[in-house]
Amino acid sequence: MNDTNEMLLEFESKSQNESFARTVVAAFAAQLDPTIEELADIKTAVSEAVTNSIIHGYTDYVGKIQMKCCICKDEIRVEIRDFGVGIDNIEKAMEPLYTTRPELERSGMGFSFMEAFMDHLDVESKVGEGTLVRMTKKVGKPNRLKEYTQEASQQVSS
Amino acid sequence: MQDLKKGRNNEIPREEETRYEIFKRCLIIHLNGELDHHNAIGIREKADKLIERNHIKHIVFDFSGTNFMDSAGIGVIMGRYKKVIFIGGKIAVTNINSTVDRIFRLSGLYKIIEKHDTVDAAMNSLL
Repeated sequence: MNDTNEMLLEFESKSQNESFARTVVAAFAAQLDPTIEELADIKTAVSEAVTNSIIHGYTDYVGKIQMKCCICKDEIRVEIRDFGVGIDNIEKAMEPLYTTRPELERSGMGFSFMEAFMDHLDVESKVGEGTLVRMTKKVGKPNRLKEYTQEASQQVSS
Repeated sequence: MQDLKKGRNNEIPREEETRYEIFKRCLIIHLNGELDHHNAIGIREKADKLIERNHIKHIVFDFSGTNFMDSAGIGVIMGRYKKVIFIGGKIAVTNINSTVDRIFRLSGLYKIIEKHDTVDAAMNSLL
């Protein structure tokens, strides 16, 4: 059975592309038949990662952002990569409420939201070279089907 | 095609549809579309102008036209909260759907803002 799918997208780090990026991922994830809630989770996480690249990665110039999505069985994997300034201290950057751009009214919740809304988050970064954010989440029908069958078999056996 | 190359300074704000309403010293912001970093910039500017010019004390964010918000929305609300808190003002949010509600709960924002079902309910509580 062919249950993998992949896509790669490159766009400029302009703020109007935030909604473009999350809409693309949501449309791509739709083939997993996610719930509205799961879709909202993915959109929020993607929005945070892309916004980070736009605001922090390319602070005062426009660069390229690469977004790669893979579907593997019931899991969606999203990779967002920029080639900007990079993060000096990832641990610090991931602390809730920590932000280097308070003048932009950044709340410092970006990584916290990504962590909360996805199953797994992994950040790689090198100063001067860029940042790669990897996120995965199990979504959709196969998951729910498994639960249904489990429930059903429990009911049968009891 | 020239316009496409001008880049950042030439962006057309998408949040044009956001409506602002003033009643007594209360500013009601009817958000429309998605509240992300891109739209937040315009909303912040417009709201701050109105707050200063009209001696605004309380602010109501009406989410009836919004089904998406990320951490930029938290920033917008926190920023306005800091502006009105010194004069004893309050912030309320209305018509929150489940997606936006999760963001608010996760961020702990409900500790400092009020949540109401409708704009009228919020106004009754604030004024």
